[in-house]
Amino acid sequence: MAINTADTSALSTDEGVRRRDWIHIAALSTAGVGGASLLFPLISQMAPSEDVLAASSTDVDVGAIQPGQSIKTTFRKQPLFVKRLTPEEIAAAKKDDAADMRDPATLASRTKEGHEDILITMGVCTHLGCVPLGAAEGENKGEFGGYFCPCHGSHYDVAGRIRKGPAPLNLKVPEYSFSSDTVVRVG
Amino acid sequence: MSFAWAKQYQPQSAFTKWLDEKLPFPRLVYNAVGAGYPVPRNLNYMWNFGVLAGFCLMLQIVTGVVLAMHYAANQAVAFGTVEHIMRNVNYGWMLRYAHANGASFFFIVIYLHIFRGFFYSSYKAPREMIWLLGVVIFLLMMATAFMGYVLPWGQMSFWGAQVITGLFTAIPLVGEPLQVWLLGGFAPDNAALNRFFSLHFLLPFVIAGVVILHIWALHIPGSSNPTGVEVKQESDTVPFHPYYTAKDGFGLGVFMILFTAMVFFLPNALGHPDNYIEANPLSTPALIVPEWYFYPFYAILRAFTGDLTIPFTGIVLIPAKLLGVIAMFGSILVWFILPWLDKSPVRSGHYRPLFRKFFWFGLIPTMAALFYLGGAHAEEPYIMLSQIFTAYYFMHFLVILPIISQIEVPKPLPFSITEAVLGKDKAAEAPRAGTVDGTDAGTATDGSLQPAE
Repeated sequence: MAINTADTSALSTDEGVRRRDWIHIAALSTAGVGGASLLFPLISQMAPSEDVLAASSTDVDVGAIQPGQSIKTTFRKQPLFVKRLTPEEIAAAKKDDAADMRDPATLASRTKEGHEDILITMGVCTHLGCVPLGAAEGENKGEFGGYFCPCHGSHYDVAGRIRKGPAPLNLKVPEYSFSSDTVVRVG
Repeated sequence: MSFAWAKQYQPQSAFTKWLDEKLPFPRLVYNAVGAGYPVPRNLNYMWNFGVLAGFCLMLQIVTGVVLAMHYAANQAVAFGTVEHIMRNVNYGWMLRYAHANGASFFFIVIYLHIFRGFFYSSYKAPREMIWLLGVVIFLLMMATAFMGYVLPWGQMSFWGAQVITGLFTAIPLVGEPLQVWLLGGFAPDNAALNRFFSLHFLLPFVIAGVVILHIWALHIPGSSNPTGVEVKQESDTVPFHPYYTAKDGFGLGVFMILFTAMVFFLPNALGHPDNYIEANPLSTPALIVPEWYFYPFYAILRAFTGDLTIPFTGIVLIPAKLLGVIAMFGSILVWFILPWLDKSPVRSGHYRPLFRKFFWFGLIPTMAALFYLGGAHAEEPYIMLSQIFTAYYFMHFLVILPIISQIEVPKPLPFSITEAVLGKDKAAEAPRAGTVDGTDAGTATDGSLQPAE
C-alpha cells in the first residue's frame, strides 16, 4: 500500500500541534538569532576605533600661563581651554557661587584643590558643540566675562558656567590631575 | 492601473513583439509616461515639478558618481581633492558646480512640489500614500544633502557636522553616546567623513527606490488636478504622451535656463564663503548656518531658548535644547498626519475661501519669514520673530486646518473636469443614473473617491 506523504494529518495530535512544528521553531529561531547577532558587529563598527580611543590623554604644561591668560589645546581632537584666573576673577566667580544658575556649580567644584586659579574646561559649547569665544586675546567674552558661543548665543561666566542662552550645561570639566606643579594630565 | 479608456500598447515591429513577450519594458514605459496613461486635461504648470524632481535626482546621481571618481574621503586630503576637481580635472569645475547648485535646485523644485500639494490638498484620500512616501523622500533628501555638504571638509562642512550630530546629544540618557557612535569619535574626523561619503553615495539610490514607490502609488488613483474633482470620463483626460511630455519638456527647458544661469554665472551665490576655508576644529566660524534650504527648520530649532518648566517650582520638564530638536523634527513629521488633520472633502484651494486666506496670509508668509530667520544671527529681534512664526507654523497644521475644515462653506464644485475646462459638460445634462462613455459618471457627482481601475 502506497503511503500518501503529503497527508501529515496522522502526525498531528488532538491539539493541532505537530511534531514537525518543532523543526520550524528550531530552524526559524536559529536563523533569527544568527541574523540578529550579525547586527552587533555592523552596529559596533561605527563606534570609535581603537586608535581614536588611544589618543585620549593629553599632557598640558600650565606653568607658563600668566594670570588672566588662556591657552587652547586639544583633547580627543576637541578644543580644550586652560585658563589661569586672576584674583579678581576668582573673587567674582566665588561671589556668584550661590547665584541662580541653570547648572549650579561652585568654582571649587570645577577646579582642583590648591590650584584654584587653573580652570580647565572643554572648549565645546554644551548646546550644539561650537567652540566658544573668549579664550584668545580680544575675543568676545560674553556678558559674564567668561566665554561666549557665537553660534546660538550662550554666555558662560569666568568659571565656564552657563548663565544665559540655550546651552543646557556648564562647559565640561574633563577628568584631569596634576602630575607635577605645572603639568596637567588630561584624560 | 489606469482608466478603462487607456490605450493599450501595440508592439509594431517583430523585435518589439518579441521583446513584449520576454520583458515588457516598453509596455511599462507606455503605460507609465506614454500614451497609455490618461491624465487630467486641466493640469497647470504646478504639476511640472514631479518630473523636474525626477530629473534633478538623475542629474545629482550622474554628476555625483563622476565626482566620486576624483574625490577622496580622507580628512587629510578631502579639501585638497575638491580643489583638485575645481582646478585640474577636465570640466571638474562644471561638474562640481552643477552638483552643488543641482542640490539647491532639487530643493527649489521639491518645495514647489510640496507647495502644490498643500494648496491643492494632494495629500487627501485616495492619495495619502503618495503623500506619505513623498515626506519620506524629503527626509531622505535632507539627510543626503547634509552629508554631501560635509564632504568638501571646509569650515561649514565641519561645523555643520558638529552641530547637526550635536542635535542628538539633546536626547536624554543615550544622547552623547549616540553622537559619539554616529561620528565614530568625539568630534567630526576621518571616521565621520568616510561614513558620510559612503551614505551620501548610497542614499540617492534609496531615494530612487522610494520614488518608484511614489510613482507606483500615484498611478493607482492617477494625478490630482487643479479643480480637485476626480476624473469621471474619457473627456476629462488626455494621454500623457504627447500632451504632458510636451508640457514637461517646456518646463524642463525653463528649468535648464535658470539652472545653467546659476551654474555658469553665479555658481557660489547659494553657498557660504567659509566653506572654502579648510576645516579647523579649533575655530568656529562667526555665523554657522546650514545651506539655505534648511533655513526654516534651523529657525525652528533656534526658536526655543527657554526650558519647559513647571511654573514656580523650577523643575525642568524638557530642556530648551531638546525642545528645539523635537520642534525641528516635529515640523516635518507633522506632515505625516496632514491627510487626517485636514478633513475637508474639498481638495482644491480654489473652492475653499477660508482655507485660501489662511494659506496665502498665514502659512506662506510664515514659511517665508522662517526662511529669512534661519539665516539670520541668533540675536533679537530675530529670536522673538522665530518664536512667533514657529508658533504659527504649528498652529496652522494642528489647530487652524482642522477647525477650518469643519466650519468652512466651500464654493460649488464643477460637475467634472470637462465642465471646468469647457464651461459645459454634456454628461452633466444627461440623466444622473445613465452611463457616459461606458463609465458610471452619474454616481460620483461629489468628486469623491472613484477608483481608476
